[in-house]
Amino acid sequence: MKTTGIPLLNIIVFLPLAGAIVCMLPFWSSWSRTSGPDHEPTLVRNVGLAFALVELGFVAYLVADFPGGAAGFQFISSHSWIGTFGIRWALGVDGISLFLVAMTALLFPVAMFGPKLRGNGRSFMGWMLLLEAACMATFLSLDVFVFFIMFEITLVPGYFVVAGWGGARRNYAAMKFFIYTFAGSAFLFVAIIALVFLAAPHNGGHETFSLITLAKISSSLPHSDQVLIFCGFAIAFAVKIPLVPFHSWLPDTYTEAPTAGSMILAGILFKLGAYGLLRLGIYLVPRGAADMAPVMLTLAAVGIVYGSMITIMQKDLKRLVAYASIVDVAFIVLGFFAFSSQAATGGVLEMVNHGLTTGAIFFLVGIIWERRGTLRFSDLGGLQKSMPVFAAIFLAVVMSAVGLPGLNGFVGEFLVLAGTFLTHRWWAVVGTVAIITGAIYLLWAYQRVFQGRVLNPANENVRDITWREITAVTPLLIGIVFLGIYPKPFLDRVTPSVNYLLQRVEIAAPNAHVPASTTKLSVNVPDDQNVETPPTTVPAASSANQSGGAG
Amino acid sequence: MIAHLVSQTTGGAAKCTISPGGVSVSGLCQQAASLHINVEYRSILPVLALTIGGLALLALSAVLPKRSRRWLYPVLTVVVGAVTLGLSIWQWYNVPPAKQGIDIGGQVFFDHFSVLFSMLIAVAVILSAIASASYLQRERLDGVEAYVLMLMSATGAVLMAEAATLIMLFLGLEIMSIALYVMAAYHRRRTQSGEAGLKYFLLGSFSSALFLYGIALVYGATGSVSLAIIRDYLSLNILANPGILLAGLALLIVGLGFKVGAVPFHFWTPDVYQGSPTPFTGYMAAVAKAAGFAGLLRITVGAFTYQQTDWRPIIWIISVLSMVVGSVLAIASKDLKRMLAYSSISQAGYVLVGVQAGTATGTSAALFYLFTYTFIVIGSFAVVDVVQGVGEGRPGIGAIRGLSRRHPGLAAAMLVLLLAQAGVPFTSGFIGKFYVIQASVQQGQYYLAVIAMVAAAAAAFFYLRLALLMYSAPGDGSVEGDLGVFSAGLEPVASLDGGRATAVAVLEAPPTEAVYVPASITLVLLITVGFTVVAGLTPFTIDFAKAATTLL
Repeated sequence: MKTTGIPLLNIIVFLPLAGAIVCMLPFWSSWSRTSGPDHEPTLVRNVGLAFALVELGFVAYLVADFPGGAAGFQFISSHSWIGTFGIRWALGVDGISLFLVAMTALLFPVAMFGPKLRGNGRSFMGWMLLLEAACMATFLSLDVFVFFIMFEITLVPGYFVVAGWGGARRNYAAMKFFIYTFAGSAFLFVAIIALVFLAAPHNGGHETFSLITLAKISSSLPHSDQVLIFCGFAIAFAVKIPLVPFHSWLPDTYTEAPTAGSMILAGILFKLGAYGLLRLGIYLVPRGAADMAPVMLTLAAVGIVYGSMITIMQKDLKRLVAYASIVDVAFIVLGFFAFSSQAATGGVLEMVNHGLTTGAIFFLVGIIWERRGTLRFSDLGGLQKSMPVFAAIFLAVVMSAVGLPGLNGFVGEFLVLAGTFLTHRWWAVVGTVAIITGAIYLLWAYQRVFQGRVLNPANENVRDITWREITAVTPLLIGIVFLGIYPKPFLDRVTPSVNYLLQRVEIAAPNAHVPASTTKLSVNVPDDQNVETPPTTVPAASSANQSGGAG
Repeated sequence: MIAHLVSQTTGGAAKCTISPGGVSVSGLCQQAASLHINVEYRSILPVLALTIGGLALLALSAVLPKRSRRWLYPVLTVVVGAVTLGLSIWQWYNVPPAKQGIDIGGQVFFDHFSVLFSMLIAVAVILSAIASASYLQRERLDGVEAYVLMLMSATGAVLMAEAATLIMLFLGLEIMSIALYVMAAYHRRRTQSGEAGLKYFLLGSFSSALFLYGIALVYGATGSVSLAIIRDYLSLNILANPGILLAGLALLIVGLGFKVGAVPFHFWTPDVYQGSPTPFTGYMAAVAKAAGFAGLLRITVGAFTYQQTDWRPIIWIISVLSMVVGSVLAIASKDLKRMLAYSSISQAGYVLVGVQAGTATGTSAALFYLFTYTFIVIGSFAVVDVVQGVGEGRPGIGAIRGLSRRHPGLAAAMLVLLLAQAGVPFTSGFIGKFYVIQASVQQGQYYLAVIAMVAAAAAAFFYLRLALLMYSAPGDGSVEGDLGVFSAGLEPVASLDGGRATAVAVLEAPPTEAVYVPASITLVLLITVGFTVVAGLTPFTIDFAKAATTLL
């Protein structure tokens, strides 16, 4: 396990929190009145941004320092918190969470800097930084209790960002967002507590919420319990992601949220759910995950087809992007539950891709909204003439979302589809629909907004993208191109962790069709205390049966 | 003297001897030894402090000229409360070892459970006395009576927590309730207040009667009113016809269910909470609930612990009904205090989840929940008191609109209290919910746990609606406008036109004037919010609650 002299992960969690507190201090209000055009509170905004940038620096250090090829958790820090219940403040990072953390750290400054901010900048910055701290803690937590409360606490700033700075029906949207997710979390909560209690007898009668300890114990739980616990997890995360039958909060919330809010909600918040599926669902209860995999795959396939169909029919650009998210997340879930190394790695990559791409799209859509005050396709058209640079950037981002080779979207989609095809052929075939329909709705949207003749005189003289906005979107574009051309550093770090996850599934459920070829890829599974050492000799059936039958 | 009495009653048995001072009794008069009771005063210190404090306050007011010092009586009440709290803390560290905690002729318990409730009630008295002062002065109701009533009801509440027999439990219940009836009707010039008092009195005395009948039936079935003897009797005997026993148990649960405001015995709650003077409502919600649950825990988990299969399903149903009905009706209510009344009903449901577990964990979870809820509810009603203004002139939930502009600190305090009631992490409310659900899951009650959490999600709606109203400001450039802000809460779909009619009806005029927050209310809010946050971050009170599960 890698460690550092400084409590790196704690800094990453608490720095934005400190920033939030600084930004919410009352004295900014008296200063900000006199500064900035349009009463835009520049000073507090810069202070908040500075916190986010320093945070990005720390995360960059974390990414640079992270050893490639290691499957276990690194930089672990663990302190007792609520001893009565065996709850610890434990943080750690592995290949899966590493890039989600990196994406979070990248997207937040962009969202705080890019879109034009109206209203109370002080509390906006405060809520955003609080949200960043909570997201970081969710990704980094090694204690399921910490995971749960951080997962929950993201709702509060999320709610206030939507309700405070959103569009016309923002209150409704914010409330719907909160209630849906809160209700979903009910199942997560009960599942976590049930898991802890069922695991306690195997832990010498002590209750523990430690992710690593629970992972060691949980495979010896009765089969049916694992399935039920997984279902609890799956419902909560399916609402958060959202998978199709639970998706109805998404379009309202994404559409009504302010630009920065949409970027964060779509870019990061749903990753909490997807990450939870991996970290709690597959990692903690592999047997349950294996048993329920057909259901999840089917929901994902349904989501792809159904989501594509509604997306094509949308008449509003922002709503279209929101519905497109449903397709993307279904794709990610498909990759996770195919249980092959390529697909799951692709799923993780898609999570990062989606954060970059959707973040950029929502940002660009927000610019159109600022300029034109409408996002209906019928009101737009021919914008390319007056804003050529903007159109070019938009097209690049759209191409990434469509999956043009050379950009990041292609790598992720290819890995997911190839990996799924190995194990679940027909689901992969259905998944391919997303490639086609994605091109249809996104390119058609591009065509309707930017090309054609200018029919509406309001579209004749729209201001092109400003330097400030270019500055904001550039980091995202760099990420899009870099991951498309050279994904190796990414894959080197993600694949070992993913393989370890899948090995757990293979051991717990030998009949889960984990292709043997994928786990052989696993290199350097460390023998430190963090990772349960898998049986090194693989006379596959017998050893797997033994460890699977131990429960 | 006693010896003489005893010798008379026992037919002049010569062998009966009682040493001077009554230290020991021997001989034939053993049967009548109950006439001699060895009083261990340290076991009832909180009761003594509260009673003597209340009486002293009354006596003092007779001597002092009327309206001599405006702050005298509340300050004295706080002193009495603080003394009670101090004595309780002393008691906590001097609780006798188990099995010796029954004192005064087997009438009262002296254990961690009772001491924890003494602390809780002392805290409630202190906070409510501070919170009531400004209200009573503003409404020109100040005088000693309110504080004496408060101390008297606290006496009854502590007695309920200490009671070792059903009769003592009933005595405590009545002492507490009668004072509370008067407190509900305390605002002389508001008809609603009188109505609340009358309703509370009529329904309350009805439930007391049921409770008393329950005692009679249980006595008939077991031959004793002592909780310990009932428990022992039921552990050794299996009743061939348990009908009378179970009917008695059911009546006891009904009587106490009324006091804690659990569905379906909740019908008085919204009316009484709405009509009572606001700080008293907070006091009532904290103390009556706590004392009711103390009795309920003593009876169900304590005395009837061997009848768990009988009462746990009953509590299960009551708990689910309370959580669901409370949450749903709170969403529909447009009056601030009424809404909080329904909210308190649903909170009672969560405590019942802990009771339903029937284990030590469940008991300590319920205790923790009650302890944290005391702070939350008194703080919430203090905020409501301030925003309602003179004569409780703004009863609707619109009163809280735009509070963040009018008084940011007050809005922030209310936000924390609302989030705590909704059970958002990093507040004591979350740890409370976590603990009761944990206790429930430990007993395999998965369905109850899921229902509780889903009800919490529904309840989050109306807490958030208040938060939304506080943090929305008219004219901040949104299309939604003033009315939409309100209808967004009530009628989610209608943003511009649909909700207008309702919104206008409820929201006569948006409050714009600055809110005056007296220093006393600030103090109460600092304490309550501080405790809510600290107990949410470092749940030190859990250790107290864990130690206080010695029911019998």
